[in-house]
Amino acid sequence: MNGVVVAGVGIHPFGRFEDRTITDMGVSAVRSALAEAGISKGGFQAAFCATAYGGVASGHKVLSRIGMTGMPIVDVEAGCASGGAALMLGAAAIHAGVYDTVLVFGVEKMPKGMIRSSFFEPWQEESGLAATPAYFALRAQRLMQDSGVTKDHMAKVVVKNRRHGVHNPNAMFRSEVDADAVLGSRVVCEPLHLWMLCTPNEGAAAVVLSRAGDGPGVRLRAAVLRSHLPGSVLNESTPMSGLVDDSVPAATTLAATAAYEEAGIGPEDLDVVECQDTDAARELLSYEELGLCKPGGAAALADEGATELGGRIPVNPSGGLLSKGEPLGASALGQVVTLVHQLRGEAGPTQVEGARVALAHTVGRGANASVVVLSS
Amino acid sequence: MSANGVARPVREGLFTDTADTADTASTVDTGEAGQPRLLGSRCEACGRHTFPRSDTCPYCAAQGARPVELSGRGRLWTWTAVTTPPPGYGGDVPYGFGVVELPEGLRVVTRLTEADPARLSAGQPMRLVVTPVLADEGGPVVTYAFAPEDQP
Repeated sequence: MNGVVVAGVGIHPFGRFEDRTITDMGVSAVRSALAEAGISKGGFQAAFCATAYGGVASGHKVLSRIGMTGMPIVDVEAGCASGGAALMLGAAAIHAGVYDTVLVFGVEKMPKGMIRSSFFEPWQEESGLAATPAYFALRAQRLMQDSGVTKDHMAKVVVKNRRHGVHNPNAMFRSEVDADAVLGSRVVCEPLHLWMLCTPNEGAAAVVLSRAGDGPGVRLRAAVLRSHLPGSVLNESTPMSGLVDDSVPAATTLAATAAYEEAGIGPEDLDVVECQDTDAARELLSYEELGLCKPGGAAALADEGATELGGRIPVNPSGGLLSKGEPLGASALGQVVTLVHQLRGEAGPTQVEGARVALAHTVGRGANASVVVLSS
Repeated sequence: MSANGVARPVREGLFTDTADTADTASTVDTGEAGQPRLLGSRCEACGRHTFPRSDTCPYCAAQGARPVELSGRGRLWTWTAVTTPPPGYGGDVPYGFGVVELPEGLRVVTRLTEADPARLSAGQPMRLVVTPVLADEGGPVVTYAFAPEDQP
């Protein structure tokens, strides 16, 4: 996919905003992205709005507010990968020659507390099997068995991402934490402590995609979405059973493999990565599934410090979801905003020197996994 | 179950409480008559098992999977404990939560009767039990769980 460029990006900070509606936040991000792209009314031919909890016609409400309707406006839901799914649809439509310019945005205002998901059936709730963080913990425990990951590695991921997040004005948490504080926070589900889990929250992000011209600009090299294959009981599809067979590829692996092929690169070509750190162990597992290291190599990669700013392959220079919080519909596009700033050399204190190729990854309920590759 | 009330399963068709209510044969004989069993299915086309029961095989999409009783014994594969009541749950916390591997080549997500993760380990032998999650006006509500073999 060499024919699509990112013409503009915009973001509304991620956090909690009692006095702002989901539409307010969407308008803010969309206006910023359109301004960067130099686009006014009539400048885009379709809009895709990602949201999981926004409700009916979330995208229409944002674009009605700014007087820009009449074109197709489609809301897209794919769990934590909703923004990636919207980006895939917008990019594919340009690639296919249907449109020249498309607006892709994501909006979210998550419920507070442990979220009641319509995904689970009543008997699962009644049995205590609708405990979402417990599924993360089962996966983390298994990663400890299979990859030599310890709680210290998980704490190290939190310390890294929170250190990065200090410099992100759009992050919810902008203070550093040390490993003792992470390991001293209460156990939510062994081995995961409270500070190893990201916070569901609110926010918006927007990206304008255009057919590539001759000029410079950040190129969208791949925008891939994949769903799960049956087999893994730890999959984000949250099945009640799976196979005693660890050879079934994860949705993230499927998406990454397809994205590398589409972009004509391999993981060794990446300069900077934003990945799904719903919990600290999820980031470590993503290293393996994205091919940043071999299977079983996540602990060694973390020990090496390779994924810190200044390391061989910095991961989550934005601070990740652990610093930003996770507004489902906006999170994937928030990653794209961060990486576009990186590729333009506009990332300030978190700039990865000479960053030319970047990858964004989200994965969540469905299961859905999205991998986006960008290059300068 | 309780002598004076009828225990209500969280859902019909998930498990049997005693072997004599069984309407189908187990594919693996564990020699444990009278112990509860999970109700799964075995695909006639690819031979793989799934739980809960499904007419369609999730692996090869063949229709007409055969209902079977699954083995009541297995080994612990991963585990944690739930410390905060999740949405829609009215029972006590903490409780154990994990995945048990059955001899049919199946991993099953389940409650565990042991709520202290430090007392559990990978590969530990486990057996299926039926456990109350709460009592409502109609009597106890029960679901399936796995217990360590060495615990009563």
